[in-house]
Amino acid sequence: MSRQISISVCMGTGGLAAGAQEVMDKLSTELAGVGIEAQLHSKKQCDLHRVGCRGFCARDVLVDVSIDGVKTTYEQVTLDRVHRIVNEHIIDGQPVEDFAAGEDYHNFEGKQVKVVLSECGLIDPEDIEAYLKVGGYEAARKVLTSLSPGDTIDTIKRSGLRGRGGAGFPTGLKWEFGANEQADQKYIICNADEGDPGAFMDRSVVEGNPHVVIEGMIIAAYAIGASKGYVYIRAEYPLAVQRLELALKQARQKGFLGDNIFDNGVKFDIKVKLGAGAFICGEETALIASIEGKRGMPRSKPPFPAQKGLFGKPTVINNVETLANVTYIIRRGAEWFASLGTEKSKGTKVFALTGKIKNSGLIEVPMGIPLRDVIYGIGGGIEKDRRFKAVQTGGPSGGCIPESLLDTHLDYESLAKVGSIMGSGGMVVMDEDDCMVNIAKYFLEFTQAESCGKCTPCRVGTKRLLEILTRITEGKGKANDLELLENLSVDVIDSSLCGLGQTAPNPILSTLRYFRDEYVAHITEKRCPAGVCKALLTYTINEATCTGCTMCARVCPVKAITGEKKKTHYIDQSLCIKCNSCYDVCKFNAVDKR
Amino acid sequence: MTTAIMEDTITLTINGKAVTSESGKTVLQVCRENGIYVPTLCYDERLEAYGGCRLCIVEIKGQVRPLSSCTTPIREGMEVTTESDRITRLRKTVLELLLSNHPNDCMFCDKAGSCALQELVYRYGVRYDKYYGEMWNLPKKDDNPFISYDPNKCVLCSRCVNICQNVVMKGTIDMTGRGFYSKPDTAFSKPLTPDICVFCGQCVSTCPDAALTEKQAMGKGRVGSVDRVRTTCTYCGTGCNFYLNVNNGKIVKVTSDYEAPVNRGNLCVKGRFGYDFIQHPDRLTKPLIRREGVDDTSPEVLKNPMAVFREAEWDEALDLVASKFAELKAKYGNDSVGGFSSSRCTNEENYLLAKWVRAALGTNNVDNCARV
Repeated sequence: MSRQISISVCMGTGGLAAGAQEVMDKLSTELAGVGIEAQLHSKKQCDLHRVGCRGFCARDVLVDVSIDGVKTTYEQVTLDRVHRIVNEHIIDGQPVEDFAAGEDYHNFEGKQVKVVLSECGLIDPEDIEAYLKVGGYEAARKVLTSLSPGDTIDTIKRSGLRGRGGAGFPTGLKWEFGANEQADQKYIICNADEGDPGAFMDRSVVEGNPHVVIEGMIIAAYAIGASKGYVYIRAEYPLAVQRLELALKQARQKGFLGDNIFDNGVKFDIKVKLGAGAFICGEETALIASIEGKRGMPRSKPPFPAQKGLFGKPTVINNVETLANVTYIIRRGAEWFASLGTEKSKGTKVFALTGKIKNSGLIEVPMGIPLRDVIYGIGGGIEKDRRFKAVQTGGPSGGCIPESLLDTHLDYESLAKVGSIMGSGGMVVMDEDDCMVNIAKYFLEFTQAESCGKCTPCRVGTKRLLEILTRITEGKGKANDLELLENLSVDVIDSSLCGLGQTAPNPILSTLRYFRDEYVAHITEKRCPAGVCKALLTYTINEATCTGCTMCARVCPVKAITGEKKKTHYIDQSLCIKCNSCYDVCKFNAVDKR
Repeated sequence: MTTAIMEDTITLTINGKAVTSESGKTVLQVCRENGIYVPTLCYDERLEAYGGCRLCIVEIKGQVRPLSSCTTPIREGMEVTTESDRITRLRKTVLELLLSNHPNDCMFCDKAGSCALQELVYRYGVRYDKYYGEMWNLPKKDDNPFISYDPNKCVLCSRCVNICQNVVMKGTIDMTGRGFYSKPDTAFSKPLTPDICVFCGQCVSTCPDAALTEKQAMGKGRVGSVDRVRTTCTYCGTGCNFYLNVNNGKIVKVTSDYEAPVNRGNLCVKGRFGYDFIQHPDRLTKPLIRREGVDDTSPEVLKNPMAVFREAEWDEALDLVASKFAELKAKYGNDSVGGFSSSRCTNEENYLLAKWVRAALGTNNVDNCARV
């Protein structure tokens, strides 16, 4: 038994929800049962450890078993699968083909280029030693012991790194602004207040590799001359907060944070500040107000936080993914980073791929990759092989990109050109069954509810936009509503105070641009082409195909369907609540909705 | 270094005209210095610029979006345009949006004529009904003697919140709720009571429309029917100025004098709301002299305590006081009398009293009630 066995279990939030802790426990007891001592990082026979998010959450729990360097990935591991994996693979050395990850997994993984997520599914996020083993804190050591702050900023500038939080501002330049300010106190803030619906890249990085973010913050702090740092993180991310706190404790014990980092006289420490659930606090000036204990509301810029930020002091705010990138840029060099991506958008970007896509999950791809490669390559195409309609990028501030523009490249400029944004990396795929007016309404519901209420265009404007969209989806749209929508959208964008209002109408403008006919159908024909908007739908039973099986009548919750056995059934329109149950249950496609 | 920057002068162009001002000022301040009109709702000189109403937006060359002039510091060579087709359109939209959640009842409104919103709507020729939808229908809050709050008329300029928190340093109110449902309110929407509010009425003084109004003044005359009389507060020696608003010889309310060198429009509860004594029927307007031979315990006096007095003229009263002082001095010496003045007197009045006590009465027994 001199084999080197290593088992890793995906224990990000997705993995844990799928039962990773139970799988882990079961693996441990099964192994003990056959006399194999599996301990966390033991030098003994078997190294059983947790890892952070692997991205392919749809197939959790993911377990890697590696014997003498030969790795097999198992997907959708449940408790009853553990026994065979232990017996057949670990004892007998025969991988269990039945449970091994299939083609989807390899398609999903194969086309990605992992930088930020490179260690997420590899090392134990709760163990600083695991991070040190893969070169952790060497980048910070290099910067603090051999580079000047100016050289550090120069390296980041040469790498071409741009902010991953959404706006894509050049990180090196932001640092330079911070470094140039003279002040007795400066701050570095890591923005982990990820709030876009469906986005979870920052959470996954903090959960899967918190040290890489801390290391990035140490480097940034040194570059700009900050001695205090904050991580502003959502309280809704308890696992991320717990792992971050643990990582900070470990880093302090190792002397990577404190009064004399790397015996270099550099002083820096980090506090964790929990956000209380306001989307707007992801906006940097609102975030600062929130840390200061005020109501989280943005203020006008200039002055920018780099001049006048937290407690009035120069402050640099970077997103989680940006700071993680910093560590790898220092580790592997600015030139390596600049070799990835396009001319103006360097490196990779993490996206949360969701919606009507086969392989949903967290992906990391080089900047500039065509959308088509992401959706049909990594994503494996549309669920149930339906027709692709649009992809929404950039969260509630982004836009919808139609099929005709699927060859758009994923970089800041190209996305802006088609009326969307990179944003923090949300990517929601929609198919022919999605109503684009309804999609725009969904995003406006979100933004108007999350508006802080400070400025008029955003507070009242988004509310009125939502009301116009709502009446269109209810068949009450008026002839001039499209004009009103367009004009008000432009005015809200132009006159709002902060990024929320300045981008909130984007989903409206982009759907109007590419799917105007759907809006027109709602208003003039009182028809929802995708069959989504309830108020515009009528359910009828097709006499030709109805077999009189009575299924629809039985499931109808309001008894609106009548008919004798083996005879055509009828729906009483005055009773129908359009719940879709009859449509779902009919095996003969005899229920029409239009 | 900081002082060097402060002393810098900056030259910028506003509407094609070169103007010069000191570094550290905002575009709005420089516009106002030069008499260039820029509309505002959330701006009050007494407060830190808020940038929320978006009416003061101006175009600045090189900037994609218009910027709020109240928050934007001036820079050398800046080219500012304060009114253009785009800016006018955006301002109109802001006003249309505000009106879409504002009761259309200027006819009945106490603020009509002195309302900043009404003035802006008139100036920009904005229609009432371009945008419509849900409107607030919130109850009026006026369960206190001084301040009436009608949230339905609030334009969310936040001036009341900012003045309460940053000038009065009280923090009675803050912005509550989110999005369309944000509004200034007390914590947990509690009524204004003396334990949380000092009733200085600063919030009322800064409110640009009729969301916050003086409760006692309601229905007693709008700006067109009152005369404004500038005066000095008599409550203490600070010397705050304000305007008494007089309608048909009756004081109906006090409004701020923003130019007043001492208080710059700021007032406390006494100055702002404590004017009802002036024309109160119980107020003494003539000296009273005790009647001789009246029994304090007689049924007549018990029924009406004022019956022990009779009205007199000032000469008679002062002669009486002077003769009594002289009597006491002659009988018991100078130190048997003294003078005690009020903190409500001005510095000059207090000086005069001290002088009179020492020179005329010949004693150093002089004091003042200001002990706090």
